[in-house]
Formats: sequence, structure tokens, C-alpha cells
Amino acid sequence: MSAPRLLKAPLLWTAALFIALLFGMPALAPVFRWGFPQVQPPVFSRGSFLELFLSHAGMVLAGSVAATAAGIALAVFATRPAGRDFRALIDTLATVGQTFPPAAVLALAVPALGFGPEPTIVALFLYGLLPILGNAIAGLEAVPAAVLDAAEGMGLSAWQRLRDIELPLAAPVILAGIRVSVTIAIGTAAIGSTVGALTLGTPIFDGLAGNKLPFVIQGAVLTALFAIVTDLAFAALQRRLQPPGAAPAPA
Amino acid sequence: MIEIEHVAKVYQGRRVVDDLSLTIPDGALCVLLGPSGCGKSTTLRMINRLIPFDAGEIRVGGEDIRRVPPEELRRRIGYAIQSTGLFPHWRVEDNIATVPRLLGWSQQRMRDRVTELLELFRLDPETYRHKYPHQLSGGEQQRVGVARALAADPAVLLMDEPFAAVDPIVRDALQGEIARIHRATGKTIVFVTHDIDEALRLATVIAIMERGRLAQSGVPLEIVENPASEFVREFVGREAAGLKSLALRKVSERLQPGDGAAGEPIEAAASLRDALAAMTARRTDRLPVVDAAGNPAGVITLADLVR
Amino acid sequence: MIGCGFVTLAPNRLVSGRPVTLWEAGGAALVVAIAALAALLLISVFVTAQRLVNWAAALIAAALLLTTLAAAGSAAAQLAAGTPALARVSLGAGFWVLFAVSALALIDAMQRVEIGGPAKLAVVAALAAACVGMAEAGAFDALSLALEYRNRRAEFAAALGRHALLVAAAIGPALLVGFPLGVAALRRPGLQSPVFAVLNLLQTIPSIALFGLLLAPLAALAAAAPLLAAFGIGGIGPAPAIIALITYALLPVVRSTVAAFGSVDAAVIDAGRGMGMTPRQLFWQAELPLAAPVLLAGLRIITVQAIGLAVVAALIGAGGLGTFVFQGLGQYAGDLILLGALPTIALALAADFLLQMLAATTSRRTRP
Repeated sequence: MSAPRLLKAPLLWTAALFIALLFGMPALAPVFRWGFPQVQPPVFSRGSFLELFLSHAGMVLAGSVAATAAGIALAVFATRPAGRDFRALIDTLATVGQTFPPAAVLALAVPALGFGPEPTIVALFLYGLLPILGNAIAGLEAVPAAVLDAAEGMGLSAWQRLRDIELPLAAPVILAGIRVSVTIAIGTAAIGSTVGALTLGTPIFDGLAGNKLPFVIQGAVLTALFAIVTDLAFAALQRRLQPPGAAPAPA
Repeated sequence: MIEIEHVAKVYQGRRVVDDLSLTIPDGALCVLLGPSGCGKSTTLRMINRLIPFDAGEIRVGGEDIRRVPPEELRRRIGYAIQSTGLFPHWRVEDNIATVPRLLGWSQQRMRDRVTELLELFRLDPETYRHKYPHQLSGGEQQRVGVARALAADPAVLLMDEPFAAVDPIVRDALQGEIARIHRATGKTIVFVTHDIDEALRLATVIAIMERGRLAQSGVPLEIVENPASEFVREFVGREAAGLKSLALRKVSERLQPGDGAAGEPIEAAASLRDALAAMTARRTDRLPVVDAAGNPAGVITLADLVR
Repeated sequence: MIGCGFVTLAPNRLVSGRPVTLWEAGGAALVVAIAALAALLLISVFVTAQRLVNWAAALIAAALLLTTLAAAGSAAAQLAAGTPALARVSLGAGFWVLFAVSALALIDAMQRVEIGGPAKLAVVAALAAACVGMAEAGAFDALSLALEYRNRRAEFAAALGRHALLVAAAIGPALLVGFPLGVAALRRPGLQSPVFAVLNLLQTIPSIALFGLLLAPLAALAAAAPLLAAFGIGGIGPAPAIIALITYALLPVVRSTVAAFGSVDAAVIDAGRGMGMTPRQLFWQAELPLAAPVLLAGLRIITVQAIGLAVVAALIGAGGLGTFVFQGLGQYAGDLILLGALPTIALALAADFLLQMLAATTSRRTRP
């Protein structure tokens, strides 16, 4: 790929920057020492940034996978005849739940589950469930009635209709919901450092607590890049996965 | 053969289909005809159990349809609807091969069948098999929809106002195709429409419905010339029915022996309406008639048309 | 429900408590009342068809909610009477489950009954008044949460005020900057792509990261120009928080503005111009009223979002209800966390509800 082409692929160079800083932050120690001469050590050293990233990503992955599975399952249930009565309730839960500040959900999980990664993952799951649930319901309902009628009339069973018609057609909208959910999860998990989880946010809090601004900057830059790279990756995935016949996904 | 016996369907207190009995012989093209809300679509969808019926019995090929698992029944019956319901995320070949795939056909067999059907509908297989529905015109989508319904070679084909949403020129072409395919394959077709002219053109037997009940059933000529009730007479077009009747009868039925007419002859197999059109255009009251081989067969006069 | 802990009893503030059921806490009458109401509610779930039943369900749910609250207060009072002064009675799992179930049932029943906006407002106000009344009467005084509040009343008021200030300080400028930006983007479609790209990028950055990124430059700024520090613009403190909150509010404002005015029927504009209205008259008399519902929806989004983000701002010294949350996390004190989290959630729900009502009134007026 030629240089200008490379520049036009933001995913590639932000990812490159992220990986470079993830491994190479200690190499920037002289820069931090020059900017903040009184701070020792100049680079966060309680653990490697790679370690922090893996822990952070692990929690986000765990929470998001669970939220995706539960969200899609609930949405399927809500759109079946059996679940119609619960539909209004599920809608209400989703809208009311999204009003709750993610930080509050995280904080409330602690008295129930103690400190460490557990409350963070539970909070990630609960809060991440809602965008996926909302989008999955919208996507499933957007499947044209004529298509479902034809499918039923030709002899596809209910499970076959769900697997071959409804879910593939709803996939772009569901993916958009997963993207929102994961992006929020990365931020919420970062706050999870306050309850004992190990994430890229940990240097931020260490820095705030010990008045070490370089730590704050290092943690903030890496967390921000993590979120941006993930969002761009999802955008690329959405473009790649667009079925030629289905409606384009919302931005 | 499709036997509908004393079938009823009640929906929200209203008898949508009321004590309907109808027998559709093998190989017929039976048109369920009537105004909106008369129950014709409901009746169609009861045949493949998309709508359950509340009373009576329906037998397809001698078998009570309630004894067969619904999915199995539907895979044996072709189903084509007005908005086609083509799966937007699948190519034409995958759409057409839907039921064969459900039945477990081999890849090769499915591929051949798709080619065969596209050719039947005069769509170039290599051009069309890889397209997506949104890349097709309205008429092309309808053809693919019907091809999909025929893919597994069912004995019965159900069609629910399939041509109502296309423009008149395309509709005319599609009607011709269906008539041609019916003659070629001999399948039993049940066709729902509210358009009397479409019914008269396509049907071998017409069942007119009014408010859930069968108003009259019979061959097209019977419906037009001997309407059984005021409703049927109204629906067929009252005085205008006369012209429809002319379209259904042939010159061979009314011609007289003799040779007292001059000018371009008309074929004995042509309709009386075509004869009337020719007479009007040439400002004459008589035409010479020839048979299919071109030999003189007689004369037809204006008086013969209204006998 | 009857079996698990309704409240928890701890000998003092630092040790976690043991669960105590409602039965033990000496409320036989209350247990019966709650069980009866819950049973009635359960029955109503299966008989939801008739309007009367839905009304009854709503009333039962409301009654269950208030009874649960009363029971918590009374249980605490009874337990506190028999234990030393340092003992703490806090809300347990059983209480939370009952509370959540009755609240959900109430919301669900109200939706089924399909009452109008003003009626909904009345119901919520009545419930709130009932709760406040019970609190004033001292029904909840024995609960540890109430104790915590009484100990920190002044702090709480200050934190609440600061939180509201942060939200207001974010929304105001966001509207002032975002609204014109949105209008500009509408007039010049070429602008839309880059504007949305930048705003989307900023929106993706997690809040704590943005706060952190703003700290360094602001701290440097304050060090270089001490005058600014005197105004409160510095590293730690409300400045980076407010700037970040404004940034997060920009995208929804711009997006809502573009969508709102974009949704105004072109035929209306055409008719207006045809009748001789000036662009200004057209804007104030036609476009703005028609765009109002979507604009208010955007306002609702940024308000709820800002209330939530302001909690995190406490970490960088901006104050607000988040201080209690993170203090509580630091001290392992559940009640402090609740003291911060519950009002935040209540604020967010109240803002959402009120703005929803406001949006509904504007859209009703424009619909024929």
C-alpha cells in the first residue's frame, strides 16, 4: 500500500500508533522527565501496559460476549408471539436502564459483589445489554412482513426463518448496537480501576491519587486510543459485512 | 385435486369464510375472484395452512391437510405472493433454490433446476442467477418469485394477486407467461385476483366469492353468460359482459356456410371480439372465414355475432 | 423473598452486616401485608386484559412500593431499638428486589392503562410527595443511609448544587456552540462529513480519558498564567470536567439540530415562502415549532448524559454527587455509595421524565 493510501486508512495508523505506545511507552521516559522533572518514576511502572491492556480487553470481551448473547436472546423472545406481552416491559426496562449513569451501575455492583474485576464485568454486562437489546429488537422488527410470509409459505420452520432470514437481515443493526455497547464498555471498564480492576485506566487513577500527571497522560492516551481503534474496527467490519441486498446500517 | 368442504373461518366474530365448498380438478387453473374482503386470499392461505380453518375439511391429492406437518405440506405446494417476498440478502439462484435446499437436493441438481426455470421464464440464466433482488425490475422480480414457487416441481401452485403491483404492460406479459407455463406443465394452479379480465383470460374455472361465500363457480363463459345472481352480474360488468362474452367465444361457433364475403379472411379459431374489431375497422358487416390450413370455411356476419 | 435478607444489621460502620429477614425484624403485620399485595400483583399479571384490572394493578404496585419503603423504615427502627448506638441497619437484597419489582410493575401498569402526560405527572408527584412525607415524619430515620445523610447534610447539599452546576455549565455552552454549528452544517452539506467525523471521534473517547487528557494542558496553562488559576481554571477541579462535558454534549446537539430541521417538510417551507414570509418569519413561526420535538429529544439526551458523566468528574476534583460514590468505594462504605448513586439515578430519571413530558406537549400542538 502506498503512503497516501495508508494515511487514508485511519484504522491502520491508529492501530499502529496504539501498538507502538503500548509497547514503547517506557521509551518515552526522557520526554516525560523533561516535561515533569519532579515526578519519579516518569513512566507508570506498577505493571506493563500490555498487562493492563490484556486485563482491560479481557473484561470488555467477557462482558460484551455475555451481553450480546443475552441481548439477542431477549430480543428474539420479545419479538415472538410468546413474548409479546413482555415486549412493553422489556422496552421500558431498556429505556429506563439506559438513563442510569454507567458509573453508578458500577458503583452499585460493588456492595453486592465486592471489589475486583467481578463487579466491573457484571456492570459491563448489565449496561452493555441495553443498546444491543434495543437494536436487536428494532432490527428483527424491520424484516419485511412479505419476506417472512413467503418464507413461512414455502415451508421454512420457525427456527429456519430465524436463522436464515431474520437474523441475517437484522445483523447490520445488531452490529451497530454491539459497537455502541463495546465502546461504552471500554470507558466503564476504565473506571473499574477504582474498584480494583486492572485496566488501562489504572495509571490515570494512580496518577490522580499520587499527583503524577505523566501517569494520567499515559493512561488517558492509551485508553482513548483503545476506544478509537475498536470503534474504527467495528466500522470497517460493518462495511465489510454489509449484505448487498439488505438496507444499509444506521451510522 | 383440491377438495374444500364446508370450510369456515371466523375472525373477531366475523365469518370471513362461510361454509365454502369447492372442488378444483387436477390440472385446472382455478381463479378465486371477488372484491376486497370477500375471503379469497384467506381461502388460498388455508390451503397451505398459513391460516387455520375453524370448520370443514380441506384435502389436497386426497389427503387431509391437517394430517401432514405444516412445513412438509408447504414444501409440496408452490406459493407466490404479490410483493414477491424475495429474500433480499440472497442471490436469485439461492432464492429459487430455497425449497430444493430444504428438501436436500444435490448442488448439481439445484443448479440445473435454476437454469431450467430461468430459461422457462425467458431470463438468461448466466446473467440473472447471480443478481440480487434489488437489482431486478418489478416484472423480473415477479418472474423470479413464481420460478421460486415452482422450483421443487410441486403439483399445486398457489398465487395471491401476483401481478397486481406491476404496470399494465408487464402484467399482460406475465399473464401470458403463466398461461403458457400452465399449458406446458399441467399443474393445478389456484390464482387469487380481483380483476375480472385477468380471471377471464387465465382461468379454466372461476370461483366468485362474496362476503365469505361462494357466489358462483364454473367455466368463464358460464359466469359471463349466465350469472347466478345480481352480485355476479354486477361484478362481471352488466351490459359490458356482452363484450367479454364475445372475447370468449370463437368464430367457428357462429360461422355460416357460403362465400358471400370479400376481403382478408379471419381464422375460425379467432374470437368473436376479434371478428367484431375487424368488421368495425373495415366498415363491413361480413367477413370470410378460413380454417387453420388456410382453406375457406364459410362466412361470419354481424348478425351472427349477436345471435 | 421472605427468606432472604430484607435488611442487614452490622455492629458498626466498618464491618459488613448479617442479613435479617423482615420476619425477624419484627414486622409480622408488614410481612402479611407485603405478601398479600405481592400475591395480588402476581394474579393481575395473568389477567391484564381489562382496563379496570390494569388500574387496580397500578394501585397495588404503588401500594406495594410504599409499603416496602415503610417496612424498611420500621424494620430498621425496631432493630435499632434493641442494639447499641453504633449499630447500622442498611437496606438488604430482599428490600431491593421488592422495590425493583414493585417499581417495574407500577411503570408497566401505568403504560397499560395508557394515561396521558399530565396524569402520569400527577401520579409520580403523588408518590414522591408520599415518600417525602414519610421521610419528614421520620419513618426512615433508623436506616443507616438516613444516618449517613444526616451526618453529611451540608456536604450533600453542596455536592448536589455542584452537580447541577456542572450539568448546567455543560449544557449551556454546548447549545450555544452546537446549535449554530448544526445550522451551518445544514446550510452547507459539505461541512457535515468533517464535522460529524471529528465529533464522532471525540465521542468515542472514554470520559475518564478525556478528563485526563485535558488535565495536563490546563494545569500547564494555570502554571503559566496564574490569573487564570484565580478564576478556577486549572488542572484538578471543575475546569477540565466542564470542558469535557461540553465536548460530549456537542455531538448530540449538532446531530439533533441537523435531524430536527432536516425533518421539516419541504412543502411547508415552500408554502410559507409562497405566501410571502421572510426567512426570519419562516424560521420562528414554522421551522422552529416543527423542529422542536426532535430538538427537545436531543436536549433530553445530553442532560441525562451530562448527569451521568458528572459523576466521573468527581475523580478529578470537580465535586458533585460522584464524590460520595468514590469516597464510599474508597472506604468500603456501601451507604456512602448509595448516598451518591441514588440521587444521581433519581436526577437522571426525573430529568428524562420531565423533558419527555415537555417534548410531548410541543409535538402534540403541531400534530393536526
